[in-house]
Amino acid sequence: MTHFPFLVILIGLPLVAGVGLLAVPEHRHDLIRRVTLLVSLVVLGLSVLMTVAFEPTGPRFQFVQSYPWIPDFGVRFSLGVDGIALVMILLIGVLVPVVVGASWNEGTDAGRGAGRGGSMRAFFAWLLVLEALMVGVFAATDIFLFYVFFEAMLVPMYFLIGSFGGPRRQYAAVKFFLYSLVGGLIMLAAVIGLYVVSANEIGQGTFAFDALRQISIDPDLQKLLFLGFFIAFAIKAPLVPFHTWLPDAGAEAPIGGAVLLVGVLDKVGTFGFLRYCLPLFPDASRAFAPAILVLAVLGILYGALLAMGQTDMKRLVAYTSIAHFGFIALGVFAFTTQAGTGAVLYMVNHGISTGALFLIVGILISRGKSRTIGDYGGVSSVAPLLAGAFLLAGLSSLALPGTNSFVSEFLVLIGSFGPYPVFSILATVGIILAALYILLMYQRTMHGPIKASTRGFKDLNKREMAYLSPLLALIIVLGVYPKPLLDIITPAVNATMADVGAAQSSAPPEGGGGD
Amino acid sequence: MPDLSAPSISYAGLAPVLLVLSAACIGVLVEAFAPRHLRWNAQVAIALLGTIGAVAAAVLLAGRNELTAARAVAVDGASLFLEGTIAALGALSILMFAERSLDPAKSAFVASAALPVGSASDRKLASAPYSQTEVFPLASFAIGGMMLFAASNNLLVMFVALEVLSLPLYLICGMARRRRLLSQEAAVKYFLLGSFASAFFLYGLALIYGFAGTVDLGELREAAAGSGSSDALFIAGLALLVVGLLFKAGIAPFHAWTPDVYQGAPTPVTALMAACTKVAAFGAILRLLYVGFGTSEWTWRPLIYSIAIVSMVVGAILGVTQTDVKRMLAYSSIAHAGFLLVGVIALGDNSTAGRGLASTLFYLLTYGLMTVGSFAVVTLVRDGDGEATHLSKWAGLASRSPLTAAVMTLFLLALAGLPLTSGFTGKFAVFRAAIEDGAWPLVVVALLTSAIAAFFYLRLVVLMYFSAPAEDGPTVGVPGLPTTIVLAVTAAATVILGLAPGAVLDLVEQAAVLVG
Repeated sequence: MTHFPFLVILIGLPLVAGVGLLAVPEHRHDLIRRVTLLVSLVVLGLSVLMTVAFEPTGPRFQFVQSYPWIPDFGVRFSLGVDGIALVMILLIGVLVPVVVGASWNEGTDAGRGAGRGGSMRAFFAWLLVLEALMVGVFAATDIFLFYVFFEAMLVPMYFLIGSFGGPRRQYAAVKFFLYSLVGGLIMLAAVIGLYVVSANEIGQGTFAFDALRQISIDPDLQKLLFLGFFIAFAIKAPLVPFHTWLPDAGAEAPIGGAVLLVGVLDKVGTFGFLRYCLPLFPDASRAFAPAILVLAVLGILYGALLAMGQTDMKRLVAYTSIAHFGFIALGVFAFTTQAGTGAVLYMVNHGISTGALFLIVGILISRGKSRTIGDYGGVSSVAPLLAGAFLLAGLSSLALPGTNSFVSEFLVLIGSFGPYPVFSILATVGIILAALYILLMYQRTMHGPIKASTRGFKDLNKREMAYLSPLLALIIVLGVYPKPLLDIITPAVNATMADVGAAQSSAPPEGGGGD
Repeated sequence: MPDLSAPSISYAGLAPVLLVLSAACIGVLVEAFAPRHLRWNAQVAIALLGTIGAVAAAVLLAGRNELTAARAVAVDGASLFLEGTIAALGALSILMFAERSLDPAKSAFVASAALPVGSASDRKLASAPYSQTEVFPLASFAIGGMMLFAASNNLLVMFVALEVLSLPLYLICGMARRRRLLSQEAAVKYFLLGSFASAFFLYGLALIYGFAGTVDLGELREAAAGSGSSDALFIAGLALLVVGLLFKAGIAPFHAWTPDVYQGAPTPVTALMAACTKVAAFGAILRLLYVGFGTSEWTWRPLIYSIAIVSMVVGAILGVTQTDVKRMLAYSSIAHAGFLLVGVIALGDNSTAGRGLASTLFYLLTYGLMTVGSFAVVTLVRDGDGEATHLSKWAGLASRSPLTAAVMTLFLLALAGLPLTSGFTGKFAVFRAAIEDGAWPLVVVALLTSAIAAFFYLRLVVLMYFSAPAEDGPTVGVPGLPTTIVLAVTAAATVILGLAPGAVLDLVEQAAVLVG
């Protein structure tokens, strides 16, 4: 079957454009950012077209392309998407143009904070390279290739944080890089181990996901290999207790970087659970699931409690993400199709709502020049649109019914209640805490007497409205009508749950207009 | 008394070594007879012809498998690959020797090495555009010795090669134009410790001869195959030989000379030592262990296993504490030597040959190229006092010279083993070989130390990119043609061997043949 090579173009176009930007003179700011915006919009358009062309009931992996790469290692450049990877690529397609809009003045004198030396050309070049690698990491169906994208992705993000971040950017960049690198290297041991196992089982070493899925691995060895992958993904996701890099990286990253870091990069961790841990090591997954669920629930509560204690807005949003990643992990390791579908939908929704929250916080910070909640007050009376957007993003983050996150959170809770009622109930407490930390932040910054520092606040300008409105619209649309996404996600999650040998729940996923 | 008959020698098989050594001899004659104004260009040309000719000869000889000169020298896949690698890296180092446009006095080498530091004539000559052109023949001798070292199938020849490669290196280590005392101190240190290592090797050789009655590696293997575990001569001899080789390769705990000598020696010489000597020493280690002691793996495997761990840990942890770029790279080389030993472990058992040899050969090539490249960048960053090697001087280098910083970052990321660079391919190759051989605990240690080592590579990236430039910062010299070639070749190789290593991996797979 020949088809349009979507995936190769989705990876190649931003990569080529990113490198090509280096040929543009640094001072031609308009050319640089317009080219970047155009490229990211083309990527968005292609990913939408790809979604339309995707057949949810078709084969598990579609748009498959495979070329020999390093034959001596048995490595192929193999790409393909299932429903889970597809929605993540779609999320990337949506978020990158938004980030380009939000970073319009990055690297110019207007957008440059004290002591920051990065240039606009470097920012957008790294951004495009990052986009290419992010698509690659979700599209890879060869584990070696996945690993390559997984590690290579660190470099652009490292430079985005290190060159364009806040005051403690050096520390945050190195911490981010080293945490991820340690996880990645542990995973590398497991990747090689998997290769050796496959060489023993089928006579020839391979990294192809489909072939590896079908070999049976000795349960004890499975546990070791599982842990190798799991630790890498748990650091990436991040699950408590591997989370300490995220608040630093999230707080110090430039806003655009933070959106992609929390919105997409971290999802590679939870995506990895679903794509690699569960299907490749089903016995080990079942053995470790209770322990991981404890970590997940711990993350929900601990992240929420810490979020309440934050005085720094960016750190607060970063901590809310830790709580949300707990929900996603709960959904993944509950081993029901409902919870799994909820988890995948949560990955998309979290990208949208946390992305919006980060962007709005970023707007606040660009106006008030401070990340401290206490420096703001009464913003809603001087900038009502800004306050309204903040409220909507916040409500989505706390999963109010009618917003996108509600659907996914509900699916996770209802799907995990069957097998693990206690964890499900404990996780519900997290929702209450979420309402507290979001609404308290909203109240302190937006209401109350107008502080001197917020008096001259300008409301959202056209550019800000332009890049916020798609996300705000999606919050409502996906809250009311998530069916198209669920239709894509459910078969892929079903297949994953079949791999792990979990009992199929016969009822289709429901809730929030789900079906 | 039996008749002595001259052994038959395959001169064609020895061509790579002979070319380099004859270039060295011609260089000595040029030094004696050519007028001074012609010497520099003539020496550069001769040394380059010798090394590049050797690369070409090694390529043309590919596929040959024989022992020549009374079984003393092996001409096989591994030796030809190593000879080619050493000669190629040697040619790159010689290009760095030949750089004229970086130092105001036109050379990194002293005008007259014999003058006492600080004497009136020394000060007079400090900025004179002369230099000791003997460095070129000396380097050629060293490179020739290294090539023979990696190809010798006989412990005595190996010892002679060891001396041929070491003595010229001791000398040129002390010939820096700047910071002459540091350079001379490095030379003395290297000489003293190197002599100890030679003595160890020689003593081990004697014990092994006492045990086996032969110095031929092939015959040694047959003798060792029948030995019991209690043979003290055999064990002690093996241990002493290995210690001598580990010293030359700069492997902890025999690494003490490395940081001081790397720091003090003129940077082109450091590049030569870090790249070529390491390749040669590992060539000798591979041949000694695989050919000579291949049947008695039980004796050396625990030794190499533990030394690999020590070297990786020492290199990575002490590397973190360094404040000088050259010292940092020295500790990095110690850690990399440990990674190489991870590959050496994977000899495989009798039924299936391991991938140890092929993967180690590949790693040596990638490591050598990125090391030469990173030292070439070090020669560019200068202040009034010569090269600015203190880490603090590198702060904000990216804003002053983006290209230099980018190239250095490439080498650092490759040294750290990031995917899409040659460093990752090499690491993957040796780690896979080791895991296939069942040495996965060693690989886990290697991965954890890689993470530690990544910290100090990253620190330099942080300094270059994310720090404000220092007030009295160094200038970045504009490299002349030779250094530009070195940087272009090494950077391109680092990228290509990361993106599309297929052809070279095939090559090492075919080259992984040891005769003898």
